[in-house]
This record gives sequence, C-alpha cells and structure tokens, in this order.
Amino acid sequence: MKQFLLGNEAIAQGALDAGLSGVYAYPGTPSTEITEYIQRSKTAIERNVHRKWSANEKTAYEEALGMVYAGKRAMVCMKHVGLNVAADPFMNSAVSGVNGGLLVVVADDPSMHSSQNEQDSRFFGKFAMIPILEPSNQQEAYDMTRYGFELSEKFKIPVMLRTTTRLSHARAIVELQEKISENQLNPPPTSCSDFVLLPSNARGRYEHLLKLQEKLREQSDQSPFNEYVEGSDHSLGIIACGIACNYLEENVRKFNLKYPYLKIREYPAPKHQIARIFEECEQILMLEEGYPMLEELIIGYFRKVKVIGRLSGEVPRTGELNPFLVARSLRIELPESETTPELVENRPPRLCVGCGHADLFNELNVLTDHILGRRIFSDIGCYTLGALPPFRAIDTCIDMGASITMAKGASDAGVHPAIAVIGDSTFTHSGITGLLDAVYENSNITVIISDNSTTAMTGGQHSIATGKIADICRGIGVEEAHLKVIIPLKKNLDENIAIIQKEIDHKGVSVVIAQRPCIQI
Amino acid sequence: MDINIILAGVGGQGILSISAVIGVAAMEHGLDVKQSEVHGMSQRGGAVVSHLRISDQPIFSSLISMGEADMILSVEPMELLRYKPYLKKDGFLISNTKTVVNIPNYPEEQVLFAAIEKYPNRVLLDAETLAKKAGNVRAANMVMLGAAADHLALEPSYLEEAIKHIFERKGERIVQLNLDAFNAGREAANQYLATV
Ligand SMILES: Cc1ncc(C[n+]2csc(CCOP(=O)(O)OP(=O)(O)O)c2C)c(N)n1
Repeated sequence: MKQFLLGNEAIAQGALDAGLSGVYAYPGTPSTEITEYIQRSKTAIERNVHRKWSANEKTAYEEALGMVYAGKRAMVCMKHVGLNVAADPFMNSAVSGVNGGLLVVVADDPSMHSSQNEQDSRFFGKFAMIPILEPSNQQEAYDMTRYGFELSEKFKIPVMLRTTTRLSHARAIVELQEKISENQLNPPPTSCSDFVLLPSNARGRYEHLLKLQEKLREQSDQSPFNEYVEGSDHSLGIIACGIACNYLEENVRKFNLKYPYLKIREYPAPKHQIARIFEECEQILMLEEGYPMLEELIIGYFRKVKVIGRLSGEVPRTGELNPFLVARSLRIELPESETTPELVENRPPRLCVGCGHADLFNELNVLTDHILGRRIFSDIGCYTLGALPPFRAIDTCIDMGASITMAKGASDAGVHPAIAVIGDSTFTHSGITGLLDAVYENSNITVIISDNSTTAMTGGQHSIATGKIADICRGIGVEEAHLKVIIPLKKNLDENIAIIQKEIDHKGVSVVIAQRPCIQI
Repeated sequence: MDINIILAGVGGQGILSISAVIGVAAMEHGLDVKQSEVHGMSQRGGAVVSHLRISDQPIFSSLISMGEADMILSVEPMELLRYKPYLKKDGFLISNTKTVVNIPNYPEEQVLFAAIEKYPNRVLLDAETLAKKAGNVRAANMVMLGAAADHLALEPSYLEEAIKHIFERKGERIVQLNLDAFNAGREAANQYLATV
C-alpha cells in the first residue's frame, strides 16, 4: 500500500507497523507530528499503544526505557535541544543496554527555523557510542524504524534515528511493509544487574559497550543504508550523509556527473568504504546536513587527499543544505539568481490578534517601562514573540525553564525587580524545580506564569497540568498570600497592574498566574 | 514531465490543503511527488511556503532550486513576489488579490499590484469573494487551486477526484462546496486570461 506521508508520519507509521508498544515524547518542532500521528492512528488506538505526552524529554525518555526494560518496543521523540534535557538517561541507557528495541528519534533543525540553535545530534549519538540512522528520504525513514528496532534488539542498545527539518516536514510517497506484532512482556530476570549502574556494575557494562563498537562498525560497512556508487571521473569523490544524499543525487542526474560517491545513512561511519573512496579519488567533498562532524574526523586521517566542505568554505559553515548549494560546491556553473523585489517586506511570526500574552505584555510594559535597565527574564513559547516589536517586553530566552532560575540568580546578584515570565507548559517541563530553589531561599523574585492552558507554540498540544498550576505552586511552598491569579484582559489592566506591582514590592517569592485560554483552542 | 510549484501565503491561511490535493492527485495517477512544508514558528502569522514537485521520473530533492519553478501560487499578493527568484523565465504567477496586512510597513497596494502586473504570465483573482459565492469563505484555497488547475499538466478531473477523496470524511456538503469553489476559481482564471 502507498501513502503520501510527511517524514515524521513515515516514522510514526513505520514504528506502528514494526510492533511499537509505546511512543513517549514532549512536543518540539520539527519532531511533533510523529507523536500526533500515532495519537490519531486507528491502529494505535485499537492496540492501545501508549501515546500521551510526557512532562518533558527526560521523563519521556525514562518512561520509554521502562517499557523496553519490560521487553517491548518503544520510541521516544524530541527535537534536538530536547536531547539536552534527556541527556542523562540517554547516555546511561547506552551503558545499561536495553531489553526490547528502543528507538530515540531526534529531529534537528539546521537553519534554526524554529529553534535556539542548530546543534547536530549525531555528536550525541557518537558520544553515547550507539548506532545512528539518518534517512535521506521518507521511504527510508519508514524502513529505518523497523531496521532500527532490529538493530537495537540485536545489539541490545538504544538506536538513534536522526532527522532534520526538511525530511521531517516534507511529504513523499511511501510504500508500507507487512505489519509485525508487538513483543511479549519480558522483563529481565531479577538477578540481572545490567540496569543497576553502581560503579562496580557500570565498569563491566562500559567495557561491554566498548567491545561492541567493532561489531557496530562491521554492521555499518555492510549496511543496506551505506552505499558506494562507482564513477569514472576520479578527480573528485563525494561523501554525502542523510538528506544531503538526495541533493547530491538530484545534481548527479541533472548534470550527468561521473564522480564516485559514498552515501552514508548509518553510523558509526563505514570505515572500509571511506578508505576506498580516499584511495580512489584525488579530492573529497563532504556533504553533511548539520555540523561538519565526519569532515572534522576525516580531515586529519587521510592527510594526502584534500578534503573540502564546510570547514574549507566550499559549503557554507552554517545552515541547511539545498540542491543549489550542493551544485555550487560541485563547481557547477549556475546562472545568477534574481533577487526578491525590494518592496517585499519581512513578515516575522507574531502573536495572534486577541492573544492573552499580548495583554500581559502591555501590563508589564506599563509597569516597568520607566525602570531604567529593567530586565524581564523569559522563556520559550509563543510568549517569546513578546521580545519583538511592538512589545519588546522580555529580555531573555535561553532554554526551557531558564526564566525562573535566571531571575533567581540575578536577584541573588542584587537585581530588583527580578521578574520571570514563563508559559504553563514550560513551567511543568522545567520550571517547577527552579521555583522550588527560589522558595527554598525565599528569593526576591516575581514569577508570572502566562497560562493559556495549552502548548501553543508547537500547535496546541494538551498542557499536562492544565487546571493544576496554582496547586503545584502551593504544593512546593509558595505562600498563599503571594500566589495571585489574574485575567489578562484590557478591562482588567489597572487592577492587574496594581496586583503585579504589589508582588514586585514583596520581598520574597511571588507567583502571579495570568490565566486566559489560547484563542486557537 | 516535471512540474515545480511554489505555494506561498501567510501562516494560518492553510496553503497545505492546496498542496495535499495536488499531491494526492499526482500519486493516484502514478506520478512521483514531493512536497516540503513549513510547520512551527512561522505558522504564527509569518511568511510560509511549500515546495511541490511532480514528475514521471523519480524525484530526489523536496526543495526547488532558484529559477526552476514553473508556477508560484500565492494566497497573498506580497508573498507572491517574495518567491519570484524561484520562478523560471516563462513561469506562471497565480495570486489571490486579498492582502494580509499584519506588519506596519506593508507596501502600498497600488505599488504592489503595479509590480505584479509587470509580469505577463499571471492570473489575479479575489479568492475570498469567489469562495463566499460558492458557499463559504473558508473554501478560498480551493478557488486558488481551481485557478491553477489548467496549468498543472494534470487533468483537472484528477484534482476533482482528489478533492472528493480528501474531503469525503467531512460529508457530501463539504465535498460539493469545495468542488464548487474549485470550479469557480477555474472559470475566473480562464476569464482573466481571456481579458488580459
Ligand atoms: C527542550 C525543549 N523542548 C521543546 C521545545 C519546543 N517548544 C518551544 S515552545 C514550546 C511550548 C511552550 O508552551 P507554553 O510554555 O505553554 O507556552 P505557549 O506557547 O502556550 O505560549 C515547546 C514545546 C524547546 N524549545 N525546547
């Protein structure tokens, strides 16, 4: 059967068809549609595949690990920066190993379409010493979920499936395979110490992981996803990874190129195939969607052959690739492209008309505009758009949860007022522990939770503590007298300003919950 | 046969339903299709674009190169011009005339349309008004699709089948509404071309 699927949907369908028992995730562009597809899938509902959102990527990862501990197949999905949050279980599960197949799907965002950075998750995969699969098209994305589960169960370690925005968010025709059934429940025997990473056990497990590396390299040299394509013109050889293979193929066909090339879609990188292209060619062009990871490794290794790519400037150092950039790096003469007519203006994203965050920012601006050097620490979500005109109401956005903790640190340093603005989903993702730090020291900060009862920025996923935010604050010790709920509406402007002002003046922790549902839900 | 189409608009206008119809129609008739989409931050009222490629040969890249688009189909007139560098020399421009003014420095309409009218291969139409006549403003996308239908190297009847297929779940009435909007767009485009 054929379907017209997004890369993310191909991963989801592939996992379902390969006997998935649970998907665990926190939303994040460009990974979100994987889990959403499974949430909508009839098959998943009938089979009762786990498919609810988790509080953050770390809890998602550990929940998936628990499922594979019990012998079933699980998938955990996140955007690239999500893996920073899940890094602890990720690194350690490579040491403990897994009992059922664990696929870690990480969607990178080169060019930062919707992200704070463009970190390349392949480094994390290499760091953990696990296999990485990097599909170059949607069919491979589908096929690799099954292959990834098989690899994971064969070597008993997690396997990373790395995608990038243009694969995750492009549709293509995908041919589905036969469905296989889910694994039976099969937790390890109680005498198994693999999952007890006390130093004495962990040392043995780490030795085991190191010994496995040679086997993973052999696997990769024979992988159906690593392919050497012969060519008659040996003046140049090309090594392309993941989606870059596609842009290369496009140019090979269009310009009838005769260079040998190596397509890499499984890591650790295939040693013998790389050695071969270096033997056969006078110069090597590296095409990687992301950081020059292999380029850095290879450049010093085969000194006699010149390597060109992102480090030498033939390929731009930053940003995603496209067929045009790849053609240029292949020294293909292209006609000068036109420029966009001058009258076209930038159209950045903005808060919707009628958004509650907007009223909150208006209140904050009235309140604090007169304060010289005023700083408002904020966070990640739709409300980050408050940094742009016409609001210019917030001054920081680093990572999820950093508003509260940075405000606390700044307050420790003597900054007053130290105001944090955070969304409800971000608060439950990573804000609660920071607030607990502030409560513990009774720091002089004012935390404003802009609660729109959804995870708006990523498309309105259920925010898992809707209706419980005030109770959570109470529960971790915020004083009742300094826990306020306001409704950010124009008609309440004066009243709200008075409330926030009073809490700013209070010497200690205050929390103001600005509550108004997102207009999109 | 190769067709490369750039679909443009503003986040929230739903350009993806246009490409979904074309994509399904092409797939059902044995062609290869690839389509890149924008999800995420820009969907909040920012500029959004989708690349759609159809061919009787395997397609590799889901992105279209500069100067290689056969058509730009835009549901907003300024967004049409943003992607002009992608258009082939003799490429086709199809645009809605209804502006979305959500930035303070939006160009003056007169200047904007004068710039668009410099290009001879074009169709301009008011998709909202035509959709309203067909029964619902929200079918404006299908009006735009209809306007492009005779220039896609796909039988327009394939597109009609795909519309039926995609909207089937929503019931007979919605299917008919979208078909009416599609045909209104098609007619309006042909009239426009006859008069330019
Ligand atoms: C570690 C990490 N995970 C996920 C994301 C993606 N992300 C950015 S904003 C956001 C939603 C925030 O929701 P909320 O705090 O409720 O604010 P809203 O968008 O609803 O205003 C998510 C999931 C991210 N940037 N970093």
